[in-house]
Amino acid sequence: MRLPVERGPVSAAVVAALAEGTDADDRALVTLLDRRPEDHDTVLDDDLQLALWVLYELHYRGFDGVDDAREWDPDLLRLRAALESRFELDLRTRTRADVVAASDAAAEVFEQVEALVERIDGPSLARFVQRAATHEQFLELMMARSLYHLKESDPTSFTLPRVDGPAKVALAELQYDEYGGGRPDRLHAGLFAEALRGCGLDASYGAYLDLTPAHTLAVNNAMSMFGLHRRLRGASLGHLGAFEMTSSLPCRRYAQGIRRLGLPEVVAEYYDEHVEADAVHEQVALRDICGRLVADEPALHEDVLFGAATCLRLEEVSATETLGHWRAGRSALVGVEHREAM
Amino acid sequence: MSAGPLEGVEPAAEGAVEVTVCPRGPMLLRGATSVQDGEGRAHPVTRPVVAVCVCGKTQREPWCDGTHKVLRTP
Repeated sequence: MRLPVERGPVSAAVVAALAEGTDADDRALVTLLDRRPEDHDTVLDDDLQLALWVLYELHYRGFDGVDDAREWDPDLLRLRAALESRFELDLRTRTRADVVAASDAAAEVFEQVEALVERIDGPSLARFVQRAATHEQFLELMMARSLYHLKESDPTSFTLPRVDGPAKVALAELQYDEYGGGRPDRLHAGLFAEALRGCGLDASYGAYLDLTPAHTLAVNNAMSMFGLHRRLRGASLGHLGAFEMTSSLPCRRYAQGIRRLGLPEVVAEYYDEHVEADAVHEQVALRDICGRLVADEPALHEDVLFGAATCLRLEEVSATETLGHWRAGRSALVGVEHREAM
Repeated sequence: MSAGPLEGVEPAAEGAVEVTVCPRGPMLLRGATSVQDGEGRAHPVTRPVVAVCVCGKTQREPWCDGTHKVLRTP
């Protein structure tokens, strides 16, 4: 994929260093970051989230014309660490009360994540798509979500070698299903590409990065941060658990909305597949993966809830922002002019 | 070699179907090749583990579709 258009001084410096093959001045950039107040909202910070997303992408597919070795460039890694520490602090602050409330609500991980889902009850994009979204609004959602779904499940795969025993076996089982269960034509990322094409959209990897808002980048970045740090393996799997627990029913609503809009059946089929797959994955992720992980490594219990709460809080921000833009008659994407049709 | 991480886990017999009942949720099947619905139609199993509806309210019989979560618990 191509390098994106910058959204501020930090992302500009990262993009320039990668495009030109030059060193990034990480010290100067960290100084820039330090000018942000301590309680700064990192989730809506386009510059920070884009810089972080680009740095993470070096660990996935990389960028056209950028040396693959930049993945382990010490200057870029130092900058990444500075961005991550701000992002993680923000996420921990946002979810602290949730984690305490969930811990108090029940003893088992499954019930605790259920308590989180009940507690963090943000607006539902799925319900909006089911009943009211326009064709154009739905396409915006597909474009923004393509960033994740074209590498669906990849962030969690980084966690596989970091856990052991029954939790690892269950995670491998879940990922095997996500990756098509031995059939290339059932790879979930491939099914999403088919759905994009069914909508008349570009299914090439990262095609809509420049249009993707900060909060959606943050959703992606949280998964990458959790996956790429062994320290955060509990959060990675807690995130997976909450994601799967809140997927099956919303996917049914999406499928209904897609059929209401008269889009091709291949688009609805992606969501049909997830109604069924995620009804399974919810049980596997929470009972077999998170439950066994916590039994084997009790010290990770709190981080499992942190990851789960992060998933739900970021989804809440993303849904609130997206619906806010749509209800005001604006596009929810970056740099798209007001359109009268909406 | 020391005992591995799977110590204490019973290996499933070759070809056996393993059934896991999830409290207030579906029934998970591992190792099944086909599941018959209430009308005798066979549904092939195409994933490593499948969730069979237990609440009877699914719209994708015989598979769980998460509907049990929106049912009122007595």
